[in-house]
Amino acid sequence: MSLSGLLLLQQFVLVLAALVLFTSFVLLAQARLVSAIHAFAWQGALVAAVTTVVAVTGKSHHLYFSALLTLALKALLIPWMLHRLTRRLALERHVEAVWRPALTIMAAVGLVIFSYWLVLPMVQQELTFTRNVVAISLAVVLIGLLMMVFRQQAVIQVLGFMSMENGLFLAAVSATAGMPLVVELGVAFDVLVAMVLFGVFFFQIRESIDSLDVDQLNRLTESVGEDE
Amino acid sequence: MDAALLLAALAVALALASAAVSVLAAQLPWVPRLLAMPLLGTSGLLALVAGLVALVDGGVVTATLPLGLPWLPWRVRLDALAGFFLTVIGVVTAAVGLYGPAYVRALEHGHESLTALGVFTGLFLTGMQLVVLADDAFLFMVAWELMSLSSYFLVAFQHENAANRRAAFLYLLMAHVGGMAILLGYGVLASFGGGFAFDAMRAAEPPVTWASVAFVLAFVGFGMKAGLVPLHAWLPEAHPVAPSHISALMSGVMLKVAVYGFIRVVFDLIGQFHWQWGVGVLAIGSVSALMGVLYALMQHDLKRLLAYHSVENLGIIFIGLGLALLYLSTGHGLLGALALVAALYHTVNHALFKGLLFLGAGAILHSTHERDLEQMGGLLRRMPWTGLFFLIGCLSISALPPFNGFVSEWLTFQAALQAWQLDSGVLRSLIPIASAVLALTGALAAACFVKVYGVAFLGQARSRHVRRARPVPLGMRAGQGVLAVLCVVLGILPTGVLGLIDSVPRQLLGNGLPQATEHGWLWLTPVPAESVSYSAPLVVFLLAVTVGMAIWGLRHGAVRRVRRCPAWDCGFAPPTPRMQYTATAFAQPIRRVFGLMFHIDESVEQRDHDAARYHLAVRDRAWGLLYAPLAQAVESAARRVVRLQSGNIRVYLGWTLSTLLVLLWIIS
Amino acid sequence: MDHLLTAATWGLALLQALLYAALGPLLVGWVRKVKAVLQNRRGAPVLQPYRDLRKLLMKEARVAHTASPLFRAAPYIVFSATWLAAATVPLVAVSLPTAAIADIIALVGLLALARFFLALAGMDVGTAFGGMGASREMLVSALAEPAMLMAVFTLAMTAHSTNLASVVDYHLTTTVVLRPSFLFALGGLILVAIAETGRIPVDNPATHLELTMIHEAMLLEYSGRHLALMEWAAQIKLVLYGALIANVFFPWGIAYNLAPAALGLGFVAIVGKLLILGAALAIGETVLAKMRLFRAPAFLNLALLMSLLGLLSHVILEVGT
Repeated sequence: MSLSGLLLLQQFVLVLAALVLFTSFVLLAQARLVSAIHAFAWQGALVAAVTTVVAVTGKSHHLYFSALLTLALKALLIPWMLHRLTRRLALERHVEAVWRPALTIMAAVGLVIFSYWLVLPMVQQELTFTRNVVAISLAVVLIGLLMMVFRQQAVIQVLGFMSMENGLFLAAVSATAGMPLVVELGVAFDVLVAMVLFGVFFFQIRESIDSLDVDQLNRLTESVGEDE
Repeated sequence: MDAALLLAALAVALALASAAVSVLAAQLPWVPRLLAMPLLGTSGLLALVAGLVALVDGGVVTATLPLGLPWLPWRVRLDALAGFFLTVIGVVTAAVGLYGPAYVRALEHGHESLTALGVFTGLFLTGMQLVVLADDAFLFMVAWELMSLSSYFLVAFQHENAANRRAAFLYLLMAHVGGMAILLGYGVLASFGGGFAFDAMRAAEPPVTWASVAFVLAFVGFGMKAGLVPLHAWLPEAHPVAPSHISALMSGVMLKVAVYGFIRVVFDLIGQFHWQWGVGVLAIGSVSALMGVLYALMQHDLKRLLAYHSVENLGIIFIGLGLALLYLSTGHGLLGALALVAALYHTVNHALFKGLLFLGAGAILHSTHERDLEQMGGLLRRMPWTGLFFLIGCLSISALPPFNGFVSEWLTFQAALQAWQLDSGVLRSLIPIASAVLALTGALAAACFVKVYGVAFLGQARSRHVRRARPVPLGMRAGQGVLAVLCVVLGILPTGVLGLIDSVPRQLLGNGLPQATEHGWLWLTPVPAESVSYSAPLVVFLLAVTVGMAIWGLRHGAVRRVRRCPAWDCGFAPPTPRMQYTATAFAQPIRRVFGLMFHIDESVEQRDHDAARYHLAVRDRAWGLLYAPLAQAVESAARRVVRLQSGNIRVYLGWTLSTLLVLLWIIS
Repeated sequence: MDHLLTAATWGLALLQALLYAALGPLLVGWVRKVKAVLQNRRGAPVLQPYRDLRKLLMKEARVAHTASPLFRAAPYIVFSATWLAAATVPLVAVSLPTAAIADIIALVGLLALARFFLALAGMDVGTAFGGMGASREMLVSALAEPAMLMAVFTLAMTAHSTNLASVVDYHLTTTVVLRPSFLFALGGLILVAIAETGRIPVDNPATHLELTMIHEAMLLEYSGRHLALMEWAAQIKLVLYGALIANVFFPWGIAYNLAPAALGLGFVAIVGKLLILGAALAIGETVLAKMRLFRAPAFLNLALLMSLLGLLSHVILEVGT
């Protein structure tokens, strides 16, 4: 497989997948909360674009609907909800000091190389294109999880969780041309409900420990009275 | 070829003669200056010629000496690899031979023993030459020990200072730990080869696990001598305290002998290649290069700074060797040869420019008795020739065209760039990342040498004794000049030099780089010319033409005058020497950006009615992470063993009785 | 190799080099004009930098008492190294002999040589400003170099060559494909170009305030023809990076052979591309503010990240099996 042997649309999918990876790096290192939400919105839009392109090449109509759903949910509704949440929590100008940004980026690069190495055994000739996009999607999932480990602010953690979901979706779309429509609708509504629950939960957390720093949740352990 | 071996033997003999003659230095103070040093220089010249003949000839010649044990006589062997390293040893020694007499003359009035200096210098050189010529493990280890011990005495030369004694002790300790690792490596190889002669080891085919054990032992042993991170702690302590021409020899030559040992054991004796070895060497080389240059940037003692740069450059050499191992293990013989040639070119380059820089530091020390950059300044106008040669050294080590450092870095980059030919995607990602680290290292090295040259030679003098510096004697200038000219020549005529180096991979690996010199002396084309080419002579020619055009165009222009005036400085008060940037200030932005890599202690004390004091200490992280815990572990183990010494004679008799019983039982 | 060394090709190479020197002030004047228009000013005429250079060449050069011979030699070395580096980048035609002499790594090396002497010149007189400029410049360039080399590597691994003419040639002759690696390499290279040429947001080329100077601080003591050479070198460097980005990533229009018609088209094409890039630079400089020095590492880390992603996309997405 060489690049020129692919259809133009397939090359476009590769470009979009690479841009999705770029947005997950930006999410990982972005200190400002509002900018991170925007990056997440872009990621959702890019994943919707990939779905559209796959729909055009594969001529499977339910993917158009899926793309529209992704765009509406991931690129518009959820960022809007998060933005509203930030405004209500008065976190709009919040800038978090990212712990050792250079090290987290290096770890993320290592994860990309690792995911590539993991999917290498998929050596069948026709599957090379899919395998490469699956490598990128796996990297996006792992970077989302890395984000949840290294970032402290609770809203950013939600973004990490959501970007993991983006990665899984990307893998599904490119590998199997989408999931059955029922499954997709179910997942989409699960994500929406999760968002609403997060919103409620954050207010509760802030009221009980007066901060949205996830590390402060340590206070809820049994060993109250000893520090750390 | 036999003539070459004879010349090499003569070189060794002259080095020994230099040592022997220095014994008389106590009675006849003119001996070191007029007899020992010239003998040393001639020994270097002979070694250089012998090495060149061996390289040009490309063959192998061996001989057996009537020394050593009856069933294990000493054998010597002169092939292309040995010839290359003899050349490296010879050229630096010849320059030191020119430099030495004037430098040693200044020491005649001190109270250190010149006998010791002369004797151990001669023995040091003998040891190094014999290591390169050795063809069996016994002679190799004897010569290695000779080299380590004599350099210990040289490092401890100014032993009244307690810090120097500590540095020398650390050096001796690590040299012996490394030597033990090398000996164990030889032991593994000998057990499979059935003998300690290199021929036997070469013929043996140890299984992969044991070959890896031997590889790791050799890497640790030779890496410790070469100063790779994290086993480098002795380098920045030992190199600065030795006399400057000895530092030039240690940094310029002894570290290369460690590289020789590594190449001989891994590429020649073990003979098999595995990609895991290559990745390990590449990783450690990259880390050493980066850490070396970062620590060098933080120093303001000139010789300590240069010592850390040796760590960096050895890292670069090992990056080349790691690439060679990677390519050879995946079957790309030509690329492996390219990487090996790049590493060897950098070896000779480093010997030249590091020798030049240390000799320059010695000249500054001779003239101003100052090693601290923060006290220097404005030396270019007071020592013009030293300044010019030191500038050439700085340009070479910063890998700037058209000097020699650029050629070897270019070759290393080209070798790394051929990674697209590999099959493994993981390797194809890791190798460019290693080359990005190499690029960062090169840029930081340039920053460091802007700092060194700018603070030491430019600007205004920061202290009174530096303001009164005078040029150094002719011999010292000549020694530096020879190395500077060679730096320029190796930068302008890389194709010729490559043709010479090429016989090493041809003999060692079976293939060389035939198309590198295909297009004549003008073009350097290590891989097919349509992809890559570099023409140093044309670059130099065009640079000279452009400079000439600019000068001519402007000199014949409207205004030719240049008027001297006070400095502008934005109209503030006339700048005093204290207003200039210090070396620490110059490195501050880099210290802030890379702060995690160092152990920094920074504090400001403000006592009332007193000037504030700023205190900054930048320490090597390796001490806290590796050496201090190791030292503590050894000490606590030793303390536990001390309990055996109870002082009671009956307890000792009891130990003797029980040991006797155990031995009798075993024998029966 | 030998067919390149004919007199005609060398003559054209010389003309291309002279064109670089001539276009430098023009590009800088254009950028300043667009910035002025964006800021609702009329601004100086586009040809003003030529007049500035001529004025400086006419003036007497003043050298401080504490300056060494290196101070007077540095402008010539900086100018020649930058000009020679620029001469190797294909501007109007692809296969000229200057392109075979040096490749991308040699180009980076020549620019590093110029920067080394520029920094030394800054430290030469012994003022605080010069040392400050030299120190900051070395920091920025140290961080920019790995990003630049990564971008170069991404290009070289695709085209299997570091020779600029070969890379441009490869782009012209392969069928048009969308490469994510080139997209990222372009982004990385643009960010590095901004840092290396000393434009906002890394350095302000129009300032003389101590807190904001990097490049200007090193030139503070120069006057007359020395200053003219240094300023001209900086302008040539801007054209160099512009031509590099334009001709490597958007090579259409460049002359393939040496026929006069192709050369004319190549000239028009490169001038057009440089005007567009200059306008984009002016817009960027107006929209962004200059960052404080210790934010520059974050900027350059972004460049390194983009170049790294370009390389990884190349390895993972573009090369099969």
